[in-house]
Amino acid sequence: MRAPSGGEIASGEVLLAVENISLSFGGIKALSNVSFDIRKGEVRAIIGPNGAGKTSMLNVVNGFYHPDEGRITYRRQTRHRMKPYEAAASGIARTFQNVALFKGMSTLDNIMTGRTLKMRKGVLSQMIYWGASQKEEIEHREFVERIIDFLEIEHIRKAPVGKLPYGLQKRVELGRALAMEPELLLLDEPMAGMNLEEKLDMCRFILTVKDSFNTTIALIEHDMGVVMDLSDRVVVLDHGQKIADGTPAEVQGNKAVIDAYLGVAH
Amino acid sequence: MIAFGQFTEVLLGGLLAGFLYSLVALGFVLIFKASGVFNFAQGAMVLLAGLALVRSLDFLVAKGFPYWIAVVIALLFAAAIMALTAWVIERFVLGPLVNQDGLTLFMATIGATFIIEGAAQMAFGSDVYPLRLFPTDAIFMFENTFPGGILVNKLDLWGAAIAAVLVAGLAVFFQYTKTGRALRAVADDHAAAQSVGIPISWIWFVVWLVAGLVALVAATVWGTKLSVQFSITFLALKALPVLIIGGFTSVPGAVIGGLLIGAGEKIAEAYLGPYIGGGIEYWFAYVLALLVLLVRPQGMFGERIIERV
Repeated sequence: MRAPSGGEIASGEVLLAVENISLSFGGIKALSNVSFDIRKGEVRAIIGPNGAGKTSMLNVVNGFYHPDEGRITYRRQTRHRMKPYEAAASGIARTFQNVALFKGMSTLDNIMTGRTLKMRKGVLSQMIYWGASQKEEIEHREFVERIIDFLEIEHIRKAPVGKLPYGLQKRVELGRALAMEPELLLLDEPMAGMNLEEKLDMCRFILTVKDSFNTTIALIEHDMGVVMDLSDRVVVLDHGQKIADGTPAEVQGNKAVIDAYLGVAH
Repeated sequence: MIAFGQFTEVLLGGLLAGFLYSLVALGFVLIFKASGVFNFAQGAMVLLAGLALVRSLDFLVAKGFPYWIAVVIALLFAAAIMALTAWVIERFVLGPLVNQDGLTLFMATIGATFIIEGAAQMAFGSDVYPLRLFPTDAIFMFENTFPGGILVNKLDLWGAAIAAVLVAGLAVFFQYTKTGRALRAVADDHAAAQSVGIPISWIWFVVWLVAGLVALVAATVWGTKLSVQFSITFLALKALPVLIIGGFTSVPGAVIGGLLIGAGEKIAEAYLGPYIGGGIEYWFAYVLALLVLLVRPQGMFGERIIERV
């Protein structure tokens, strides 16, 4: 696979920054005044107890939610809000906490949808499947086949994904996100509900994506072992507020984090 | 030999009528496939397309346009009306309901039905308007094979040919184009579709436009058969058993379902009718659909309904 496009941001520079993001649903504050940044090429974990606002944060970044206040700067472009389409078009891909796949479609077709924005040929020429559009379809199929090889899911290429076990569905979902050749990959609990072996496989895939494809990754995960091993920096949310931000070691020793996870003695 | 000839005539007539049912059922399948919505308004869309077509055609002919030029302009006009309808529905009915569940969207299409029916009749009139796009005379076929030949209506032949072309085109569109793939993706999961950069509002516009054009095609055939009038909206009711038998998500299923019902009801009428007093055509389709529901609720070609529990 080639490196994602839009490489004007050098490694280590800030790729995405959220500043003073606040979001509420009715009277409930999901996020208040949260700021952090994600640097190019790193794995940035977002952790926190249930209901801390982690998924809300991802939804703000890829445009499902529009924050009440705050700014999002992505690739040096500042926006008040993103639209899902714009986020996808500018290289932000994601997976979902509860797998969101196209259940009636095969693994192959699911991953092919990730190529939607890369395909240029019109509907009519695709229907006739002739000349340039045939060539285009074949090129994208080859790309998708490489992803399928990488994720070791050749055996389920033609299977409707609705019938697959959960662990494999999560892998297909990762494949669909990778097919977009994202610059920033948002993973919402990629290992939830997996057994140990499946978790190890997923860790391996994530590290390869980071190192070989140079993709920046934001990761929500509950398994602390995984978070500590995979991530370069960690931001901790609790009740919609940022309570810590730093390397895994720094965060692990942070008093506020320990209190949030274990509860404070009153 | 005479008996076989008669059977063939009944069967053929039924199959050809079945294609006409399929034309209406196709519109439902398209929208259901692409948005998971059962579009109650499909019958109303056939009425709207038919009225726009026949009224603009009459107007142009009265102005002295040559007939075939008038037909082309009238078809384009009706297509433009369907495009406008698709845009309005996406913008004001479905757009605000993204990520809502199927039942909510279904209720919205019931509301749209009454608005489309009312608006169509307000704009284009509410009389019975005859349409003469296709020949409607009957011809004899296979006169060498069967004594006396087989009586076939030319309109039915046209309808069958049109349905066949339409189905082939739609099947290719859904299976082999990125827009087709995007339509199926949107039907399965709105959020996931958005996350890979599929613009939902555009896709919904496309699907309602295609369904509107299918309604227009159905209106050309059915309008010629029955004249364009309000009762054409009841075709939607005849399409329901077709969908139940063929499966809501299958384009080829809509055709097979239509054929089964068309042939089934004609054969039942011809051979059972004399024993139980006739009138079988009116209920046969629904009984057949009920039987299919008992045995195979997803229809013959529908996607299996798989729920993890």
